[in-house]
Amino acid sequence: MSQEAATVQTDIHEEHHEELNFLHKYILPTDHKIIAMQYIFTGMIMAIIGGYFAYAFRMQLAFPGELVPFYGLVGPGEYNMLVTNHGTIMIFWVAMPVLIAGFGNYIIPLMIGCDDMVFPRLNRLSYQIFLVSALVLILSFFVKGGGFGGAWTSYPPLSSAAEYSLTDWGSSLWVLAVALEFVSFLLGGINFITTTMNARAPGMKMMDIPIAVWFIVLAVILFMASVGPLIAGAVMLFMDQRIGTTFFLPSGGGDPLLWQHLFWFFGHPEVYVVLLPTLGIVADIITVFARKKLFGYRTVLYTAFATGGLSFVVWAHHQFIAGIDPRMANVFVVTTVLISIPLAEMMFSYIATLYGGSIEFKTPMLWALSFLAAFLIGGVTGIYLGASALDVYFHDSYFVLAHFHYTFFPITIIGMFAAITYWFPKMFGRMMNETLGKIHFWGTFIPFNCIFLPLFFLGLAGQHRRIYNYNHFPDLATQELQDIRVFATASLVVMLFFQLIFIYNFFVSMFKGEKAPNNPWKANSLEWSIPSPPPHGNFKTLPTVYRGPYEYSAPGRDLDYWPQNEPPEKS
Amino acid sequence: MKTTSSQSVLLATTEVSLPRQPQRTKSPVSNGIVGMLIFMVTEAMFFAALISAYMVIRAGLDEWPPWGQPRLPVETTAFNTLLLLASGLLMAYSRALLQKNKILEGRQWLGISILLGTFFLISQGNEWVQLINFGLTVSSSVYGGLFYLIIGAHGFHVIGALTVLIFAWNRLGASRNPITPEGLFPLQIFWYFVVCVWPVLYVLVYLT
Repeated sequence: MSQEAATVQTDIHEEHHEELNFLHKYILPTDHKIIAMQYIFTGMIMAIIGGYFAYAFRMQLAFPGELVPFYGLVGPGEYNMLVTNHGTIMIFWVAMPVLIAGFGNYIIPLMIGCDDMVFPRLNRLSYQIFLVSALVLILSFFVKGGGFGGAWTSYPPLSSAAEYSLTDWGSSLWVLAVALEFVSFLLGGINFITTTMNARAPGMKMMDIPIAVWFIVLAVILFMASVGPLIAGAVMLFMDQRIGTTFFLPSGGGDPLLWQHLFWFFGHPEVYVVLLPTLGIVADIITVFARKKLFGYRTVLYTAFATGGLSFVVWAHHQFIAGIDPRMANVFVVTTVLISIPLAEMMFSYIATLYGGSIEFKTPMLWALSFLAAFLIGGVTGIYLGASALDVYFHDSYFVLAHFHYTFFPITIIGMFAAITYWFPKMFGRMMNETLGKIHFWGTFIPFNCIFLPLFFLGLAGQHRRIYNYNHFPDLATQELQDIRVFATASLVVMLFFQLIFIYNFFVSMFKGEKAPNNPWKANSLEWSIPSPPPHGNFKTLPTVYRGPYEYSAPGRDLDYWPQNEPPEKS
Repeated sequence: MKTTSSQSVLLATTEVSLPRQPQRTKSPVSNGIVGMLIFMVTEAMFFAALISAYMVIRAGLDEWPPWGQPRLPVETTAFNTLLLLASGLLMAYSRALLQKNKILEGRQWLGISILLGTFFLISQGNEWVQLINFGLTVSSSVYGGLFYLIIGAHGFHVIGALTVLIFAWNRLGASRNPITPEGLFPLQIFWYFVVCVWPVLYVLVYLT
């Protein structure tokens, strides 16, 4: 491209800022910041639906057979639909869009110093497909027979034949929605990787990229490499449901275990796909609020590579009791327990970062620290489940349920709140109310533990998952166990109540909060060097990067932070 | 974005090089190519899953193809395979011409390559009609289901690739809103992928 052409293009680009009308700015945007908001808001609305479902089925478990206030009676089929869609929504329509698509879109261009994603129109298409997928999923709750109830793993033959699932169109729309959602993230993922590879600011080397960006990109790479088999599986499941093929039906020569392999080959990397962005965001937050350099930047990065690589060879630990060869199970026990080593190393790096720092307990920091604590419990209980001998007893019990909620709740909900409270000043140009933020934090974190810690004990007592009324099981219908269920449900209601404070704080701060300076947290990365909120096109001039993102409390400097784009002093 | 882009239709980019600014180090591989290569990884995994599904289900059955199901036309499809491979070679030839800036000649060979791809598609469709008449349908057996799943998945890729290639062919060397050879290249990579996957599927489904 000649210099002249480049100048003309720039002029068009500059003029364009004024021309954006409401439709092009908010409904059909190509600006990565607006697309990010669309993802985050859609994800938050879906989180409300998922939380409402959790409320309905927890109430049924605590008070079986009674009318649930604001819901009605929960029947057995409806109970299955609620738990299935709670899981599906929370993973695919909350964790993925908010943490990866939402914050990925928002922070990647800002943190690597470029004006937008490299494929902005692909980005817009990605959100539009995502929105359609969310609508298809919501539609599936209202078709004849109700929403799909075969669990979020949707094992055939329960999911593949309407005579077993009793939700003819519900299950098909569920598969369709999930497949559409993957296509959407596929487009987004291509964008994220290409942008980070090709559009970094001058001077930003591989090892100057903030960990948050690195981890989102790694998560996307894992996703891209693992999603193909699930899309293939979803197509086969859809064909089984609608046009009478028998890929997963043993009576027709198919193999139901095949689905489990295709699903978990994606499903286990998926755990790390949602985990890595939160780990990255937490790494950025704890360095800022501990005013200390990240301990072992390279170690943290390489352990993430190791985790990602290992995550592809652990999937069969979900199938220890599905009838796989015990010799194969042994191999998967080894790989599963191995994967805890890089993650433990990463945790130690984070703790070492905190050690000796001058920690400020601002709201984002509280969320980040609580993530480390809660995720530790989730990780440690996972080691028990990874051993096939123990898993035979624990499989599909509430122990498993409590374990993965101790991983997914910190990842999704705590990670989301950490990211929102941290980047809120940048996104909306206003500060969030600290007091309300702290009340909301304690009002979420304490009830969260009250919900899920007791469930470990229910699981050890032998309580199986996916049962809508334990009164039918004399061993499990005792008063002590019922008391634990009521306690967990009551904690859930308390936690949901405290979310109202967050919603209030979020909207009031957005419009009436204190004006935010460019760099309220005194952080180093590039997004804090521009106005809050950033204008269309982000940077007036492309920033030049001189150092890594974690130079806090550098010796011999007056300021305890050192922005990445500040030129070194000439001596 | 109203900025006219030199990149292809699908992979439009906003590469705005602002004057009097620190310049980004030019990356060795263009955005379009990186994006397409990442997409190819996902596609490869997709086909790998289909192939493994085929092998798992087949290993679980004693008789293959199942009793009463028609055999697949090996010879006609071998001819189709040659057509598709020739199309891939011509695509490479047109790429070589375009790189030497011989736009018109390159466009001509690109057109012939697209034509051969279309013949492949029509011939395969004709084969499907005959197989259905012989009683091989998606629900007649898991054998038929797998055949239509795998060959159909490839067929959809051929249709998609041909559609974007025809679109690009139309814009190559056009006076208004033309596409550059560099912008075309990611689409050609997609075609190479479609061509290279086919022999694997042919050997798996038809020959073994």
